[in-house]
Amino acid sequence: MRRIALTVNGVQREAEVEPRQLLVYFLRETLGLTGTNVGCDTSSCGACTILVDGKSVKSCTMLAVQADGTEVTTIEALASNGKLHPLQEAFRANHGLQCGYCTPGMIMAGLSLIESGAGMSDEEVRLGLEGNLCRCTGYQNIVKSIQDAAKQMRSPAAPAGVQGGSE
Amino acid sequence: MTQVAEPEAAKRWVGGGILRKEDPELLTGQGRYVDDIALPGMLWMSFVRSPVAHASLARVDVAAARELPGVVAVFTGQDLAGEWAAALPCAWPIASRRYPDEPTHDPRVPDHWPVVKDRVRFMGEIVAVVVADSREHAVDAVEAVDVDYDELPVLTGIEEALQEGAPIVHEQFGTNELYTWVLENGEVDNVFAEAPVVVKERYYHPRLIANAIEPRGVVVQPVPAQGEYTVWSATQIPHFLRLFLALCLGIPETKIRVIAPEVGGGFGSKLDVYAEEFIAVALARRLGQPVKWTEERSEGYLATVQGRGVIQDMEVAATEEGRLLGVRAKLLADMGGYLQLVAPGIPILGAFHYHGVYDCQAYGFSCTAVFTNKTPTDAYRGAGRPEATYATERIMDALARRVGKDPAEIRELNFIPPFNEPRRTAGTLEYDSGNYAAALAKAKELVGYDDLRREQRANGGRRDGKLLGVGISSYVEVCGWAPSQVLASLKYAGGGWERATIRCNPTGKITVVTGTSPHGQGLVTTLSQIVADALGVDPDDVEVLHGDTAVAAWGLDTYGSRSLSAGGVALYNAAERVREKAKRIAAHELEVSEDDLEWTGGKFQVHGAPDKAKTIPELAFAAWTAHNLPSEVDPVLEGSAVFDPPNWTFPSGTHICVVEVDPDTGQVRIVKYVAVDDCGNVINPMIVDGQVMGGVAQGIAEAIYEEALYDENGTLLTGNMATYRVPSAAELPGFTLDRTVTPSSTNPMGVKGIGETGTIASPPAVLNAVADALRPVGVEFIDLPASAERVWRAIQAAKGETPAERTVEGGGTGAASMTPEEEGGVA
Repeated sequence: MRRIALTVNGVQREAEVEPRQLLVYFLRETLGLTGTNVGCDTSSCGACTILVDGKSVKSCTMLAVQADGTEVTTIEALASNGKLHPLQEAFRANHGLQCGYCTPGMIMAGLSLIESGAGMSDEEVRLGLEGNLCRCTGYQNIVKSIQDAAKQMRSPAAPAGVQGGSE
Repeated sequence: MTQVAEPEAAKRWVGGGILRKEDPELLTGQGRYVDDIALPGMLWMSFVRSPVAHASLARVDVAAARELPGVVAVFTGQDLAGEWAAALPCAWPIASRRYPDEPTHDPRVPDHWPVVKDRVRFMGEIVAVVVADSREHAVDAVEAVDVDYDELPVLTGIEEALQEGAPIVHEQFGTNELYTWVLENGEVDNVFAEAPVVVKERYYHPRLIANAIEPRGVVVQPVPAQGEYTVWSATQIPHFLRLFLALCLGIPETKIRVIAPEVGGGFGSKLDVYAEEFIAVALARRLGQPVKWTEERSEGYLATVQGRGVIQDMEVAATEEGRLLGVRAKLLADMGGYLQLVAPGIPILGAFHYHGVYDCQAYGFSCTAVFTNKTPTDAYRGAGRPEATYATERIMDALARRVGKDPAEIRELNFIPPFNEPRRTAGTLEYDSGNYAAALAKAKELVGYDDLRREQRANGGRRDGKLLGVGISSYVEVCGWAPSQVLASLKYAGGGWERATIRCNPTGKITVVTGTSPHGQGLVTTLSQIVADALGVDPDDVEVLHGDTAVAAWGLDTYGSRSLSAGGVALYNAAERVREKAKRIAAHELEVSEDDLEWTGGKFQVHGAPDKAKTIPELAFAAWTAHNLPSEVDPVLEGSAVFDPPNWTFPSGTHICVVEVDPDTGQVRIVKYVAVDDCGNVINPMIVDGQVMGGVAQGIAEAIYEEALYDENGTLLTGNMATYRVPSAAELPGFTLDRTVTPSSTNPMGVKGIGETGTIASPPAVLNAVADALRPVGVEFIDLPASAERVWRAIQAAKGETPAERTVEGGGTGAASMTPEEEGGVA
């Protein structure tokens, strides 16, 4: 077992973890943050995407011990005071989700994409989401959701970034 | 309620694109899926699975595994043999019917035990079970189980299955044939013998893996002293699961509660009852502790049913002009190692409409189903109907070429004319309504069909160095999985009805209970809209309960695009009953006769006296207090209805796909995709469009990217998500959608299913487009999936440079040896 200390969604956490434990299971099973889902075992689907130090990471490809000293943001931190984040609002307004299982990962990947300053053409967004699979929507509404959210988040009146999230 | 439709729709929720009520919890990570459940004292299951496809179990040694840290128990198939009151169920066994009047006899149903007792029949079959105090300890112990397999010859090919000397999967039958099932209507042989034109092609539908992004999983909480079990499962069918758990484990169904919590997609793969679910309940019973299992993705590729896996010989007879006279389809279908829940019936779901949206005089269908040493198949989005539509729409293009007509023209010539009343078809169905030409006309206009054809003619089929292709698919879907009596005639064990209950609480908030089990379709929203209109309330005042056998006492769950056409109509009828009762109370309270009341603006109002009115919430309160009810009216305002649809519903439409194929790499790029669908009356256009887009994406995946490949040893080569290509946003195009509205004539709402149409319509649209693109370079035939490799090889073969055979044989389904058989030939 090894002791790690990290910030998760703005809260300082310390824990003893098995060296082989994946970060996603640390989040889900040790911290009870079950919003981050597991959809595969080959780092293909991206359902487990979170932000580590502001960058999107598939939390099934990272060990919990590797997250020592980092700042982690999960889907649970996006809405604040009962108000959905603009990305969450955009996914809802554009029907960017159906079963919802890929959605937390999609939103975190979208957040990272928007905050990276990437272009928001159809093609750029589609390439930017290459690591996240959805089986329900056919992606068109996910692409629209991210484009709409980017417009809002990048406008001068946009609210501040996610707590504990981007650098 | 957030309203995105026009303001005038505000009073009428049905038809408006209101936002989904399901979304807030799913967007914030608060949706609770099975793997999110953790119970005190919970044990983890993990499975030892066979690494070989066909073998006798010589020895299963679990002694070392039992000694490992955290291990509670390890069981072999023999250890658990006493747990089962019956083998795993097949609810749709089908017996051979080689000619229409053949006397019925017993179908072949092999025993299928949750844990192998003595013989393994596919790679991934469970040979032992470990129970431990953590996921990690369980997985470690699996590694320590030592199994000796006496390997047997492996059967992978479905054509080989019927050959002399082939390995036999289930020896007691002496053959790998499960059934041959024939349907004939009209003088089929005569029509084909005399027709001036006969066109025949052979199609291969690969095995497909559903890939719901949520893997399967199950958690069982026992109450040992009561013999009671609560089972959470990632399933589409909690009611069926409860029934079969009861039957196969010898537990009264009244002692079992099955909950399908949030379920992350199914697409047919969760329309099944699985060994792991039975084992979990058996071990919770045996150990008296909660038990949990979550499928790993690669594990699921072996253990969760796959779809399709069919070879089709398709033939049409026509006049010189191209008018269809007869259709004859002959299928060879792969069941895999055992019969899963409805597997034998899957090809039969397509059996009745290989003539699609066209008229003909003579219709023949036959299907032979065989066992192989591969993962069992079963329903996958569309289930039987994508195969039928693929064959119909590919052969129509072949017929068009043969008689020298444009693909749009051949369809226009043969469409069943518009109809609004049930119409008998050559395939012996009664289509409920349809307007097929309207959808084609609209799709042609949206895609700019005539301009595309002109561009092809002007540039030799090329655009910027790429090969330009246009493909049409005009389809009709048979959906709704009903009526019960017809299902009985097809030997399906269950019914086709659905039930709904409406309870009007004292405050006026409405509780709806549906027997369907939505898992991503947005049905909570759709059903709320129906009730909102029917009872004059806001959709946000309606709470829809589902997916729990303790809450929805009766229900037949979600599959086959039935949730609206069966479940929604049941709810509509239940609302009628609530209104009938409410009306009697209203008349009593307003001191008028019922005839003096009208339902207007969402309330009961005295004719010509808008101030004398009662709303449903007011009447609900009155019914609850019961202080002043008319005689013979019981307290509380509620109503239930069961709807057994009198017919299937028949959504239809036309999809047109435009592709550019790179002649150097074989890469297919979809540059435009137009879908014009008709699902009758629409409750929520946003949700309908979402269903169409998701379905089309899955069909495009089937058309270009996906194929479960096995080697000759029965090893799945595409055994994980890294090797089986589920396309991402980067591979898929945008979609242009539109619709026509032809209400169903067989249900009071005029609705038809929409969950599967996209997957049914799109593969032939894509393949017809690819075939169209490749014709200028001499490729005569191309089949599923039109991967870059397959297309490139076809182009090379047409140049006479490289043989078209694939170096790695997949599936053993005959793909390598498949060539266009007498394409365009005259009989």
